Amino acid sequence: MAKIIKKDILNSGVVSMEIEATRIASKAQAGHFVMIRVDQHGERFPLTIADANKETGTIRIIFQVVGGSTIKLNRLKVGDDVLDIVGPLGMPLHHENIRHAIVIGGGVGCAIAYPHAKALKQQGSKVSFIAGFRNKDLFILKEDIEATADHVYFTTDDGSAYRKGFVTDVLKELLESEKDVDLVIAIGPVVMMKAVSNVTRLLNIKTVVSLNPIMIDGTGMCGGCRVKVGNEYKFACVDGPEFDGHQVDFNELMLRNSAYIQQEKHTCKLIEEETQ
Amino acid sequence: MIQPSKTPMPLADAEERNKNFSEVALGYSLDDAINEASRCLQCLHKPCVVSCPVNVDIPRFIMAVKENRLDDALSIIHQTNCFPSICGRVCPQEVQCESTCVMTKRYQAVAIGRLERYVGDHAQIRLDVQPLNQQFKVAIVGSGPSGLACAYDCAKAGIAVTVYEAWHDLGGVLRYGIPEFRLPKATVDKEIDVLRQLGIEFECNVVIGKTIECAELFDMGYKAVFIGTGAGLPTFMNIEGEGSIGVFSANEFLTRVNFMKAGQPKYDTPLLTGKRVVVVGGGNVAMDAARCAKRLGYQTTIVYRRSLNELPARQEEVEHAMEEGIVFELLAAPLKVFANEQGRVRSIFCQRMQLTEPGPDGRCKVVPTEDVPFEIETDTVVVAIGTSPNPILIRSTKELKTGKWGTIMVDENQQTSIEHVYAGGDAVTGAATVIEALGAGKKAAAAIIDYFTKEQAG
Ligand SMILES: Cc1cc2nc3c(=O)[nH]c(=O)nc-3n(C[C@H](O)[C@H](O)[C@H](O)COP(=O)(O)OP(=O)(O)OC[C@H]3O[C@@H](n4cnc5c(N)ncnc54)[C@H](O)[C@@H]3O)c2cc1C
Ligand SMILES: Cc1cc2nc3c(=O)[nH]c(=O)nc-3n(C[C@H](O)[C@H](O)[C@H](O)COP(=O)(O)OP(=O)(O)OC[C@H]3O[C@@H](n4cnc5c(N)ncnc54)[C@H](O)[C@@H]3O)c2cc1C
Ligand code: SF4
Ligand code: FES
Repeated sequence: MAKIIKKDILNSGVVSMEIEATRIASKAQAGHFVMIRVDQHGERFPLTIADANKETGTIRIIFQVVGGSTIKLNRLKVGDDVLDIVGPLGMPLHHENIRHAIVIGGGVGCAIAYPHAKALKQQGSKVSFIAGFRNKDLFILKEDIEATADHVYFTTDDGSAYRKGFVTDVLKELLESEKDVDLVIAIGPVVMMKAVSNVTRLLNIKTVVSLNPIMIDGTGMCGGCRVKVGNEYKFACVDGPEFDGHQVDFNELMLRNSAYIQQEKHTCKLIEEETQ
Repeated sequence: MIQPSKTPMPLADAEERNKNFSEVALGYSLDDAINEASRCLQCLHKPCVVSCPVNVDIPRFIMAVKENRLDDALSIIHQTNCFPSICGRVCPQEVQCESTCVMTKRYQAVAIGRLERYVGDHAQIRLDVQPLNQQFKVAIVGSGPSGLACAYDCAKAGIAVTVYEAWHDLGGVLRYGIPEFRLPKATVDKEIDVLRQLGIEFECNVVIGKTIECAELFDMGYKAVFIGTGAGLPTFMNIEGEGSIGVFSANEFLTRVNFMKAGQPKYDTPLLTGKRVVVVGGGNVAMDAARCAKRLGYQTTIVYRRSLNELPARQEEVEHAMEEGIVFELLAAPLKVFANEQGRVRSIFCQRMQLTEPGPDGRCKVVPTEDVPFEIETDTVVVAIGTSPNPILIRSTKELKTGKWGTIMVDENQQTSIEHVYAGGDAVTGAATVIEALGAGKKAAAAIIDYFTKEQAG
């Protein structure tokens, strides 16, 4: 059982929660995630640790309400408990001696990319942050990102704020002008990570992506999270979830993530009806 | 007059049971148990005891059953085995205690497993619960049979024990792997409850190596650590198409169905619907996956490289699977999985295999035939070709020496390369059996108790 001590609505579909989890908070690093089961009938699903406070013993999660489990989680209020939370899981990559990193977040992916920007900044790297959203109403963590990165670039798909276009448009320009970039971190929808990796592959710039396959245990026991990286399968929960973007088979990941669309729709409906 | 055959085990009807998850073997009645117990010759040299991995005093408990002193029988078993209801159901007795039973020289062995189960299910446990010594605490990593057996023996000796488990519930494979129809979860709960009564503490949702480092356990005041993390990392076939939707490891399939109750009303974990399933492999895990699939309404085929004689699963499980209508495609090795446009499995291509003449070691090899590969239509493939030790704790504990397959190396007292850190069960041996895991946990407990006794004296 883990108590929710703070809850904020970041935009119409994205929620931030602070949860009491002393042991997890004391170990969490950028790139770690937790597995959550909201109640006894719930599924186990992964969420990234967006921030951790060792003093207060709390972790922050930021999630998009997309289906059954996230609807259930969003139903909980401050003071309520999450039934199970386990972590910190995954093998975060450590990036040392980076001169200039471009950190790219797409939508709710900004929440997962943000801790990386913070960690890189703390170790003295220059950080440029490109944050892309579908429209101006969906911005999240704007102030946090601006306070952390040296340069920030926002895009919207529809042009309703800042620059109209995709994060890759900004990335291409930046890579033209900035010659000291030695790391790109891209976290967001699979198509976005794929597009970014395609841009940087040509320039041979190290690119790290954070993959989001479907997980059950998050501890290496089911193999459901397997992703093709290079020519072999890796288990995202124990070998990742961060991988070399130039090696990842994004198409297979997209297919595998669509496996349960039909079933998820049903669960989602049921849970929504219960809520009403 | 000796009754030549075992007293039969009442079974649920095959055509009924293959549609539900209720237990298949229904268990003896008291009359059945006493009748079977009367078959035991009470041999003085007790060959059965020697071939039981934990040396249960078999003739003595059987005598107690014969005299209808069930609680005595349970106490006798509990001296060496804390899980009679579990072991009575899942142990391969035919290659252990029952294989050396003197009766087998002329007749069928005494049904030791069935009697053990009867006692576990029906007798009342007598526990002498004593306060545990909080100055000497032991941490157990993993709540599978090895960890639980180690915890039980330590607590019996007065040592305080905490069991840390990564999942949200206890039992390891007993919980998430072996299906309800072979091992009801109420039975697992009941036997674990005895450990709670002894004062053993349990903490779920803790991954040692992540939430708490192994070395940190000593800082927290534990004097010894036992690692029973099992061999849960599934192996895949490494063939084309294995990433298709509908290809599962047996672990994932069984976890979804048994543990997360996928597809049952109210439960959120989704289950992929389909009509046909091909299970690849021939061990107990393959049989369990196939029998689960059958119960979910799939037309089920087992694909295995060798022939019927080499099937590693228990014979009883194979017979039950056949009775339930599962098809065996033997001497067939998968080559490739085909998917449709949506990425969902459409069929699996297999190579026909053949056995060679036995070599000098008496073993037949299996080699491909010249035949053109054949196709089996299916929408789901379950891969049950083995597992290796879970890597999390091993990777985070650099000083821990491991062997070729990532198994943890131990000495004759189950101690690892780190002092006072012990290990046992599948994490040390690779995938094996419940009773071997239990035995290893006990052996480690004996070493820990020895250490405890010395500390107390010194
Ligand atoms: C390591 C890791 C870290 C993650 N961190 C975060 C995070 O910090 N914040 C966040 O909002 N989400 C995160 N995700 C994704 C999150 O786990 C899923 O959104 C969540 O499981 C969806 O569950 P649901 O029942 O609400 O929706 P579902 O009903 O399961 O799904 C709704 C829709 O989302 C799609 N979907 C389902 N699972 C995934 C998935 N794993 N990835 C992408 N799409 C999926 C489905 O196909 C469907 O279209 C992470 C995933 C992984 C693997
Ligand atoms: C489907 C199936 C059917 C089987 N049928 C039979 C049978 O009929 N008869 C038989 O004798 N054997 C059978 N076996 C084998 C038997 O179940 C195993 O040999 C036995 O369970 C091994 O016990 P263990 O204690 O070593 O590990 P496990 O039972 O695997 O338990 C290990 C536990 O440790 C936990 N863990 C792992 N890492 C960590 C960590 N870092 N921190 C905290 N916890 C952790 C895991 O979550 C798990 O709960 C079967 C196995 C399977 C998979
Ligand atoms: S070997 Fe068989 S007959 Fe002899 S004591 Fe053991 S169970 Fe009884
Ligand atoms: S989520 Fe099960 S192995 Fe990764």
